[in-house]
Amino acid sequence: MLEALDLVCERGGRTLFRGLSLALNRGELLRIAGANGRGKTSLLRILCGLLAPSAGEVRWNGSPIASLREEFSRQLVYLGHAAALKDDLTGFENLRVMWLLAGKGMPVSGDALTEALHRLDVPMSSPVKKLSQGQRRRVLLARLVLSEAQPLWLLDEPFAALDVAAARIIEELVAAQVARGGMVIYTSHQDSRMAGREIHLDA
Amino acid sequence: MLDVLRGLLYRDLLLAFRQRSDVATALLFFVIVASLFPLGVGAEPNLLRAIAPGVIWVAALLSSLLSLGRLFAADHADGTLEQMLLGASPLGVVVAAKTFAHWLISGFPMVLIAPAIALQYDMPASLYGVLALSLLLGTPVLSLIGAIGAALTLGLRGGGVLLALLVLPLYVPVLIMGAGAVEMASAGMGGQGQLLLLGAMLVVAAAFAPWAIAAALRISSE
Amino acid sequence: MNWFWYASPQTFFPLAGTIARACAVLAALLTVVGLYIGFFVAPTDAQQGEAYRIIFIHVPAAWMSMFIYVVMAFWAALGLAFNTRLSSMMASALAPTGALFTFIALWTGSLWGKPTWGTYWVWDARLTSELILLFLYLGFLALQAAIEDPRRADRAGALLAIVGVVNVPIIYYSVQWWNTLHQGASVSLKSSPKMAATMLAGMLVMAFAFWFYAIAVSMLRVRCIIREREA
Repeated sequence: MLEALDLVCERGGRTLFRGLSLALNRGELLRIAGANGRGKTSLLRILCGLLAPSAGEVRWNGSPIASLREEFSRQLVYLGHAAALKDDLTGFENLRVMWLLAGKGMPVSGDALTEALHRLDVPMSSPVKKLSQGQRRRVLLARLVLSEAQPLWLLDEPFAALDVAAARIIEELVAAQVARGGMVIYTSHQDSRMAGREIHLDA
Repeated sequence: MLDVLRGLLYRDLLLAFRQRSDVATALLFFVIVASLFPLGVGAEPNLLRAIAPGVIWVAALLSSLLSLGRLFAADHADGTLEQMLLGASPLGVVVAAKTFAHWLISGFPMVLIAPAIALQYDMPASLYGVLALSLLLGTPVLSLIGAIGAALTLGLRGGGVLLALLVLPLYVPVLIMGAGAVEMASAGMGGQGQLLLLGAMLVVAAAFAPWAIAAALRISSE
Repeated sequence: MNWFWYASPQTFFPLAGTIARACAVLAALLTVVGLYIGFFVAPTDAQQGEAYRIIFIHVPAAWMSMFIYVVMAFWAALGLAFNTRLSSMMASALAPTGALFTFIALWTGSLWGKPTWGTYWVWDARLTSELILLFLYLGFLALQAAIEDPRRADRAGALLAIVGVVNVPIIYYSVQWWNTLHQGASVSLKSSPKMAATMLAGMLVMAFAFWFYAIAVSMLRVRCIIREREA
């Protein structure tokens, strides 16, 4: 269970939000909504531990994430604005590195990775720089396919640059994650069809 | 953890291989800088022999600085650094792997090229061993200390020059001991003391720098 | 007395002003006394004549430059460890003064060199170490200036200061050794005149004068920083 208590976020001299608290239990979906520049990304980064809030704290199962460090990061997947892909590596090689970083050891045969890429229709052996924007986002979706073990998913604008088919795949993946008892938090400034709680960062 | 080390090492080496020209350029810089000095001070053999250890070491320092820009900047720009920050392994381990890869690509080749430059300066062949050994011990320290600076200056404007200002004063002891080892050897006094001190610096840097680098990365990524 | 009461920049602001005024007065008084001792009371040196008198500024400035660096690193480390804004502001406030003293030490050392050894610069161990210390200070100032976000600037500067303070002894001893290796050029500013009691007294008084000056100026600077950031 993820809790945020009285978060205050100050960036570039402005206070984006203060006194923000939320709690998320297993099997819940949360959307962070708000216009551009309201602090959606900052809030997401605070929740995953990349950014320290000016005040307040975030807790995972009762313990502050600042003291949990890797124990907490092990349990989450964060898909940020940036593609987080190395242009000179192929989709497969990129996934393998992400798999390693997630602490799953060397992939034994690479089958799971290959399968995930096939399912999302991504060319296996082209370097990422040769893929289109949409195809790159699909590589990241492949990562989600492989992240069933991580209970917490944090997705920043997941629907950006996706065609209708890919958008549907995300919705399926998110629904499956929630059904499994996982938690998903995502930001979007557009209304979404996925049912779940919302918090609005405005004013 | 060993898997992560190996995997990251392999990744960085693979990336360097696919961008071979970048790597080669920094090494070329090493050679060019060392070649400039005779043009500046005159080619009198005794003078060149006397300044050779210092020149080679200063060139190594500057070349190391140049290549440090590549250590974290690319990963920071495309977002893969964030993923490392959120990885399941301690950041110190990740950082150690990246710095080691960086040294293999940028520092170690200097150890191999140095005798060729020493040849240009008419350094007696008996000193090549000490020279190579001093660089072998010293260049990893340069990579480690430099990585702290690279992590602190991530994404800042004026990055490269600022990095130089931050890191060069910290490089001074390595320069003094490295060049000093060769000079002591050329004076017939061995140079083991300086090499041992370099070794000590390497051990201390290898033990503590990764954590400083990790802390700096966290500070710079907020 | 609850010391943490003053950890808030707002409550520290008036206290800083009081301290600044008191220390400024003390600094002025001690400077007058120190310079009087230095220029009128201390005897003429047998070897160096009147020129040696610059040590009454050179040596205290060098002491202060090193002392301030350590204090700066201390405040920076506190700020990093406890996430207190005021500690980091103190570190940022001290840095320019430390750099100034380093520069004064270098400049007066150079002026001393000319009449005594005939050159404006000697690569002796102490002057060279002071030069590197100046670079460390300038690096700290440059790093903080290059970072827009004050929080990141504080923390990055703190890490740099800590790495620096750990390296300072290493740098000092390396330079010492380097100096002995290259005997040829060594004229040492260490061969200062044998210390008559009055000379030592003069240097100590000037050291305290500089110390109070440093406190006064840093207090004023920290007030400016508080105004800038908390407004």
